[in-house]
Amino acid sequence: MNFRNLISFIFLVLILGLVQILFLKNLALFGVAFCFIYLVGILSLPLQIRHVPLLLISFGIGLLIDVFYDTLGLNTLAATFMAFLRPYWLKILRPNGGYDDSSQPTLQEMGFGWFLSYSLPLTFGFSLIFFTADQWGTGAFLGILNKSLFSSIFTVLLAIIVQLLFFKRRRGI
Amino acid sequence: MLRILQFLYKLRSFLLFILLEVLAIWLLVQNNSPQGAAFFNSSNAMAGSILETQSDIRDFFSLAEANQALVVENSRLLEQLNSLKMEPDSIKLDLDSVLSAQFEFKGARVISNSLRFAQNHLTLNKGSLDGIEPGMGIFNEAGVVGRVKSVSKNYAVGISLLNNDLLISSIIKSTGDFGSINWDGKNSQKAKLLYVPRHVQAQVGDTVVTSGYSAVFPRNINIGVISNVIQSGDPNYLDIEVTLTTDFSKISYVYLVENTQANELDTLYQKSELPDEF
Repeated sequence: MNFRNLISFIFLVLILGLVQILFLKNLALFGVAFCFIYLVGILSLPLQIRHVPLLLISFGIGLLIDVFYDTLGLNTLAATFMAFLRPYWLKILRPNGGYDDSSQPTLQEMGFGWFLSYSLPLTFGFSLIFFTADQWGTGAFLGILNKSLFSSIFTVLLAIIVQLLFFKRRRGI
Repeated sequence: MLRILQFLYKLRSFLLFILLEVLAIWLLVQNNSPQGAAFFNSSNAMAGSILETQSDIRDFFSLAEANQALVVENSRLLEQLNSLKMEPDSIKLDLDSVLSAQFEFKGARVISNSLRFAQNHLTLNKGSLDGIEPGMGIFNEAGVVGRVKSVSKNYAVGISLLNNDLLISSIIKSTGDFGSINWDGKNSQKAKLLYVPRHVQAQVGDTVVTSGYSAVFPRNINIGVISNVIQSGDPNYLDIEVTLTTDFSKISYVYLVENTQANELDTLYQKSELPDEF
């Protein structure tokens, strides 16, 4: 990740964080579908990034969102968990020839099908941890599953829209 | 020894993961204890100012509604004031402690609020500089809203009534039986009235108000209206559902109440070794 990419990544995280805090904080479609658009920041980190910085970056982003949500630890917990899963899931999804060195895990570069199978399970894992921790000991398991499923679908939908609208074809993140 | 170090180095990402998760869980637990003084929340200056700007913009569009509510509240207060005004020829008596001002009221604006979690919070635009202290009760003209949790110089964070952790001591107005209001985390318009014994004749439509037993709220602030009474499996208590009078999706201006004798009560409770409810 060179300096220019770093700047544009920070910019991306700030914009996504602001949108999350200002517009999506109290949004819940039908009471079950939440949106965690800031996860696009973690999802679109380069394929070659090492585990340790990935975990630390996700922890930081989660903490940032938590400060505004007044749910300290909740987003952090789930985002770190998702970051932990990401390399293993990428390994499973590896195409035959391996990944291209310079490629990014974005919709434009990897194609629609790949992106769907990449982001949906990861956001589902995130939501599962998020809602389990949120309703610890009080919520029914089915309710958590229900919320997680629809939240991950909604998040991925919005992530696809964001990438189609704002990511350039060869964006240097 | 070298082998062990090499082994640990190989596992470093996993170990870091465990460390970060433990840290997050610690934050989560620490932050949820009602008395925990939290720095990392929306009462810190930067987060507060961003949320305040957002609320400025949003409130602009609900000014008419807020005005309406204030006018209604004002007229009600004027009416009360009128009935309390002394006749000019009346005799002035020394009041005893029953009538001395036990509660002080302040106003504030809600600049951030959440509804959708199991533990919801709200942020107010007043802080310790304006005399806000942790433990003060929050309500608006419709009913109880919550309780102040932590305070910074210019902002305060409150636990919303829509929070699993908050119990509010309350009574059924018509019968006088007391219980505790607690939110079950499902619907933002309903809460449960707990610990009401089975023999109580609770009717659908009865009003539930604060009891004044705890040192937080004065007596007779609205909480909700009973919407359902179920004789459930619990052998001791009724399962009562209450429709909250406060519409949490649009609270903008709130009042804060401070019990000036809270300290005295606390010491008394401690002396007599009673556990304080809050």
